[in-house]
Amino acid sequence: MIFTDEQGQFDAIIEAEEKIEPRDWMPEKYRLNLVRQMSQHAHSEVVGQLPEGNWIGRAPTLRRKAILLSKVQDEAGHGLYLYSAAETLGVSREEMMNDLLIGKAKYASIFNYPTLTWADVGAIGWLVDGAAIVNQISLCRTSYGPYARAMVKICKEESFHMRQGYEIMQVLACGSAAQKAMAQDALNRWWWPTLMMFGPHDSESANSQQSMKWKIKRQSNDELRQKFVDQTVKQADHLGLAIPDQDLKWNEERGHYDFGPIDWEEFARVVKGGGLCNDARLEARRTANDEGQWVKDALMSYAEKHSKSDVDQVA
Amino acid sequence: MNKNHYRYVLRLGDNALILGQRMTEWCGHSPLLEEDIAMANCALDHVGRARLLLSYAAELEGEGRSEDDLAFVRSDREFENFLLCELPIGDYAFTMARQYLLDTYHYHLFTELVSSSDETLSAIAQKAIKETTYHMDRSRDWVLRLGDGSEESHERMQVALEGMWNYTEELFERDPVDVQMIAEAIGPDPEWLHSKWQADINATIKKATLSVPEKKWSLSGGRNGLHTEAMGHLLSEMQHLQRTYPGLSW
Amino acid sequence: MLKGHLPLWEVFVRGRRGLDHKHIGSLHASDAGQAMKSARDTYTRRQEGVSIWVVRAEDIHASQFENDASFFDPAEDKVYRHPTFYEVPEELKL
Repeated sequence: MIFTDEQGQFDAIIEAEEKIEPRDWMPEKYRLNLVRQMSQHAHSEVVGQLPEGNWIGRAPTLRRKAILLSKVQDEAGHGLYLYSAAETLGVSREEMMNDLLIGKAKYASIFNYPTLTWADVGAIGWLVDGAAIVNQISLCRTSYGPYARAMVKICKEESFHMRQGYEIMQVLACGSAAQKAMAQDALNRWWWPTLMMFGPHDSESANSQQSMKWKIKRQSNDELRQKFVDQTVKQADHLGLAIPDQDLKWNEERGHYDFGPIDWEEFARVVKGGGLCNDARLEARRTANDEGQWVKDALMSYAEKHSKSDVDQVA
Repeated sequence: MNKNHYRYVLRLGDNALILGQRMTEWCGHSPLLEEDIAMANCALDHVGRARLLLSYAAELEGEGRSEDDLAFVRSDREFENFLLCELPIGDYAFTMARQYLLDTYHYHLFTELVSSSDETLSAIAQKAIKETTYHMDRSRDWVLRLGDGSEESHERMQVALEGMWNYTEELFERDPVDVQMIAEAIGPDPEWLHSKWQADINATIKKATLSVPEKKWSLSGGRNGLHTEAMGHLLSEMQHLQRTYPGLSW
Repeated sequence: MLKGHLPLWEVFVRGRRGLDHKHIGSLHASDAGQAMKSARDTYTRRQEGVSIWVVRAEDIHASQFENDASFFDPAEDKVYRHPTFYEVPEELKL
């Protein structure tokens, strides 16, 4: 097929469910939309290290310490894969990082909630990673090649994250009264913020429509949220824990669970900076970045001095 | 129970555990995203090694304790790690300098322990030597790059070495535990390790355009349960859950 | 180059003996030695590889999208390059 115009060729690739690749022509808005979504996704992974990282030092057994450390390490890895993928769109990691630090770029708002007990580590693995997987599996079919490939890799690696979280919840739910209460309390606090992770209702979501058209997003916020609720109810039942929603009930007609209204005011407040940990999370990233500067400068000075010899050694 | 044998293995386990615990503090806070990942890899090796060694120590002790009992319900007076392992992480120069000094120590130690008359220890050493060879290669790279990098990094690296130098002699002390282990061909002579270690360290420090610090004092005591003030805080964090809710499963 | 900005490297990993090196992602590093170790730590955590290549991203030359038609389409009508183009007796299993 011969296209006289670039737009026509781009549209045809999208239509044919093929992937757009880095050096292809693409509408500027498509590129910007991707940069926004992918960098936000990358930032979420990187900031997402912090709430769980808060418990690595206090993990209750050495087995749990190793599991949690490797899990949080994966988040860093996934952030790196996503920054790499976004960099193919002509934006540098430094630029993206800078946008995060000045508050221009967002990250998943859920990470602005505090991890107060060990059960929160379980709840994050079970619920937050569970929700992330629902979203990410859908994104494996996204139209931008590097993003899709990163998602495939991430989904493969993440499959243990949710399981380790659920395992923690299982042990607590079968444990002492204090442990069981800890598990229920964690579910109570993380349930609603997890549902908010899927974003505003489809009717309210400005970016969603265009993203769906370009096949950057493959399923709508509400579809994905429903899928998550449907799969999570029986997991909570199995634990003997109660999902904190009185309106939650099976709807025979729809073939789905109905659930109560989400507090979008809380969502908006936390997105805008009013969560308990917004400041602390950004401050941690800022410190790491600032402290990293002398290290990077040193590495570059060394590389300039030794540019020949080291390359030979590796070969 | 052979008390000295138990203490020898326990000390190895405590070094891995306490250093590993310190390394995890960088998780999410490293100067580069690449380092978040790399440091976590090395920390995981240390935690894994601590588990093997503490399980084995518990077995030698024969009182039915587990790796977690040893890690989470001993007091600081019962921990026998080197003081160098427990010092706070400092900046990245301090962290990488300490890693290098201890990686090099462990490299020579495990090389010897591979041929230990204690078969379990030998098996653990065979696994550990692969990890440690990489750790040492990596931390040596960092000492070279920060030492011979910018003016600021050079200064930081030199300060880091000065700050930890007084703690290095403890690595090579010889007490009755070591004497018995040497006699039974279970562990190497610390003095021999010292000469190997010193030669490597001197060469790297020189190559990194740094200078070998002068030792003013020898600070030690960790191997007999006499620790720095930092240790109690490290343990109060690490042992928090097991202390708050004794005897539960997690 | 901006001071303190580490260059981008592309990473290729051989999954196991007998396979090609395959592009697996990228990372930032100041020199080849650092890039190699970061690649090991980032991309082979789950035994994904037995050999790694790292290449400075700026050293890769790529074909340009604008040339796609002239580069790749002329191969389209050379059907005689493929075995199915030829009619030979089925039973000989050539």
